Amino acid sequence: MTELIFFTNQVIISGLVLGCIYALGAIGITLIFGILRFAHFAHSELMTGGAFIAFLLASAFAAWGIVTPIPTGFVVLPIAMVLAAIMALGIDKGFYAPLRKRGAKPVTLLIASIGVTLMIQGLIRLFFGAGSYSFFEHEPKEVFRFDMAGIGSTRPLVITEPQVLMILVTLVSVLALHFFLTRSRLGKAMRAMADNADLAQVSGINTALVVRVTWIIAGALGCMAGTMLALDVTLKPDLAFNIILPIFAAAIVGGLGQAYGAIAGGMLIGFAETLAVFNWTMLLRPLNAILPDWMQLPPTLALVPTEYKLTVAFVILVVTLLVRPTGIFKGASS
Amino acid sequence: MPLIELKHVVGGYGGAPILNGVNIAIEKTDIGVIVGPNGAGKSTTLKAIFGLLKVTGGTIDFGGENIANSLPDKLVPKGLSFVPQEKNVFTSMSVEENLEMGAFTRTDDFSSTMEWVYEMFPVLREKRRQPAGELSGGQRQMVAMGRALMSKPTLLMLDEPSAGLSPRYVIEIFETIQRVNKEGVGILMVEQNARQALAFASKGFVLASGQNRFTGTGAELIADPEVAKSFLGG
Amino acid sequence: MIQRSLTLFGGLFCLILLMGWVMGMPFTSSRLVEAAAYALIALGLNIQWGYGGLFNFGIMGFLMVGGAAVTFISYPVNPVFWGSEGPMMLGKALLAFAAGALLVYAARKSDRIGITGKWKMALTVLAWFVAYVFYRSQLDPAAAYIESAAGGGWIGGLGGHPVLGWLFGGVLAAGIAYVVGKICLGLRTDYLAIATIGISEIIRALIKNMDWLTRGTLTVSPIPWPTPLPQEFQAGGMNIANSLLGARASYLLLALVVLGVVLWLISRAYAGPWGRMMRSIRDNHVAASSMGKNVTARQLEIFVFGSVLMGIGGAMLVSFVQIFDPSSYQPINHTFLIWVMVIVGGAGNNWGALFGAVLMWLIWVVSEPLSKTVFEFVSSWSTQFGWGAIPEIEARSAQMRVFVLGLVITIALRFAPKGLIPEVVKRET
Ligand SMILES: Nc1ncnc2c1ncn2[C@@H]1O[C@H](COP(=O)(O)OP(=O)(O)OP(=O)(O)O)[C@@H](O)[C@H]1O
Ligand SMILES: [Mg+2]
Repeated sequence: MTELIFFTNQVIISGLVLGCIYALGAIGITLIFGILRFAHFAHSELMTGGAFIAFLLASAFAAWGIVTPIPTGFVVLPIAMVLAAIMALGIDKGFYAPLRKRGAKPVTLLIASIGVTLMIQGLIRLFFGAGSYSFFEHEPKEVFRFDMAGIGSTRPLVITEPQVLMILVTLVSVLALHFFLTRSRLGKAMRAMADNADLAQVSGINTALVVRVTWIIAGALGCMAGTMLALDVTLKPDLAFNIILPIFAAAIVGGLGQAYGAIAGGMLIGFAETLAVFNWTMLLRPLNAILPDWMQLPPTLALVPTEYKLTVAFVILVVTLLVRPTGIFKGASS
Repeated sequence: MPLIELKHVVGGYGGAPILNGVNIAIEKTDIGVIVGPNGAGKSTTLKAIFGLLKVTGGTIDFGGENIANSLPDKLVPKGLSFVPQEKNVFTSMSVEENLEMGAFTRTDDFSSTMEWVYEMFPVLREKRRQPAGELSGGQRQMVAMGRALMSKPTLLMLDEPSAGLSPRYVIEIFETIQRVNKEGVGILMVEQNARQALAFASKGFVLASGQNRFTGTGAELIADPEVAKSFLGG
Repeated sequence: MIQRSLTLFGGLFCLILLMGWVMGMPFTSSRLVEAAAYALIALGLNIQWGYGGLFNFGIMGFLMVGGAAVTFISYPVNPVFWGSEGPMMLGKALLAFAAGALLVYAARKSDRIGITGKWKMALTVLAWFVAYVFYRSQLDPAAAYIESAAGGGWIGGLGGHPVLGWLFGGVLAAGIAYVVGKICLGLRTDYLAIATIGISEIIRALIKNMDWLTRGTLTVSPIPWPTPLPQEFQAGGMNIANSLLGARASYLLLALVVLGVVLWLISRAYAGPWGRMMRSIRDNHVAASSMGKNVTARQLEIFVFGSVLMGIGGAMLVSFVQIFDPSSYQPINHTFLIWVMVIVGGAGNNWGALFGAVLMWLIWVVSEPLSKTVFEFVSSWSTQFGWGAIPEIEARSAQMRVFVLGLVITIALRFAPKGLIPEVVKRET
């Protein structure tokens, strides 16, 4: 039983947490691709920037002496998301909209997004240095340990408070997004524009409005993902820059342009990463008792060494691109 | 006063103009049919009306104002609707959602309009939960027309509504168009099945190289030996 | 057009003189050597993107491959390794690799014996898995042994001439580019961008973590120079400043010779029928393929050529700084910077790429000291007003160049999308 609890801690919980963050990031990328048809690299900076906004707000709360029952990072999240959405709109207006107006090719927009990445990255480092920050300087990070002796485990089930909240918040956001896309007028218009932008225009859909809504959602969800990642680990200027490729992998595996695909892709990449570096000996150790001597399990039995964890996502990405570029949910291929 | 009137419209896609002075006038009760050889600028004329390309000369009067170069999201509320030649349904969305998208510019309750569309195309009611991409060519054409009607237009423009349909469906689509017209919607359509379409057209326009060649009632054009010889295949 | 280029190059020359005057000749001469290497790399990207329209976001990977290659060729021999069990064990790992490759190949051809569809798929996946496990079972002990004291720590070098190392860098980059191009070039542009980034990250992870091969984060130094080192000039009785200048000047000369030869070769090729074909493929993919030209093969050719230059350039950089440190490679400095060079200079024009490379490299290196000066100025000013000084000026100025790079590229895309020295569009008949 101990082994099973260990597996839950190491794979199920971590995979879920990672999957949530990847999924939230990938939704933004996939929506932007669906509507504007370009790979938005600067999405990482929407995430990191959003996390820093949340961090500043949380620090302000602490300075004003406001104490909250749940981690302040989650309390300020709604405000931070609004600000991040405004930031996303500003970035589009300042950098991408002029290029679109000129009729620039998607590749040009992609390169422009690299420029935006560098600028925001530079600005963040300029103001915050290259060090890392913690949301939990003024309050404790609560860790729940569930004693599992009842089912014969010597290890407790461990999950932190931010992790619990993160999974809940992701679930709620995904449901909200689902209802938005399938029930609301604007959400349906967004799907229509992703499906066939010319026809959407012909139908009288206000495409400029749809573009704005897309940036708002992408910015807000990006901020959510970035903040929650920072709450789970630490906040640093290259927080999301380092994981933008796994997030792209999630979006592509799920099929670019497909919101539900992005969620599935995020979970898939998250679990693949944790499973690939998991030391199977820890789970299968009881087998040693029945295996003959020459077949005893080695002390570490992982598919890839831990230092190659991020590489797993790249390999999945490359294989998906080669075997099924439209992704498992058959996204926009043209 | 005609419902829509194009006077000497000149326009194109940025290079040399494709339309070199097109004149069209349609009444509310009319079914106008534009015919002409491939590449004559028939689709381009409809797109020019709908603001999808730049009009550099002439005027397009609709509802008492010049609408040249207005964008679709302004034109649809004014009562103009357009069914493009191809890719005219949202394939990943259900039939009902396709219709809803046609009503995007409306803020009032459009359930009675949807009812009206379903009465006109009963198959669509059956298939309303199905993705439009899974329908047959004829059914898609119905979805496309239904979508365009959802904005309660006063003028419906159709680009080759019968393209790629079997003869039985062609007749059905043409009958539907006439029924829509009877319900008070002016029609301006481009057709390759020229003879068949001109037979019920109240106005006919023969276009070649971006200019009017002949204009008259449908019956007049069919009867004109020169039109018949050069444009209707003898 | 010619006049514009001449003016721009003249301006660049003045900038270099100014830099030499303000920052000192030894500093400037080093930057010029690096600029020459970057020019070579930028030419490589210009071939791929400017000529061929191929999106390569994996430049960093090719630079690392070049660096590892020159380290391997030119670093002195490690006798402990060669005298140990290591070579034998590595040989076995290599055999395991070959066997695995054969297995996967056989599985992929299994339709010949009537295994098709899902079964073939399953068989292929299984073959990959078995091959991977088998290879790891041979490699892991070999790696652990070599990394131990008995195995010599790492395999060391071959003690060859650095220029041989540069060539080997080109060859290795070509080999990798061939494989990458073979599997990725069919993808559409943005997918290609993401795939190449992914591959370069995989290359980085491998080089960084295969300590037995590259020494990984432990870094290798000093890597020998192809030309005499400053110390050798000093041994000849020269003073330090002059020896630095002399040594760097001779390195620069060698780099310029390489650059000149490459430039001459590609200009000739591009003016000829080969270049005409490339342009027609880039500008009109469909028409070219319907004309019966083998588009994919030509694109692969161009991808490999461009990558060779990147490999050589990467090797030249490593030789010059004398240290191979896999953790110093970053996508910003080694992929995006090159892109900015080519776009600012003018994609599709070799002189443009050259100009952009030198200009951007100089901007990149001076933006740090420059912003430091500005910060110090502002800081002293704000202290006077009683607002306090700017903290951590050093660290902040180091970050300014990333911002400047982003700013330059956004401005360029907005106001000079074709670059400062744009491609000369030839009307072909
Ligand atoms: N998007 C476009 N950009 C540039 N030129 C175009 C575009 N669409 C059409 N053209 C050109 O405009 C001219 C008229 O095209 P149009 O589509 O109006 O012809 P048409 O009369 O509808 O022909 P068909 O019967 O084949 O549909 C053609 O020469 C065509 O090449
Ligand atoms: Mg047409």
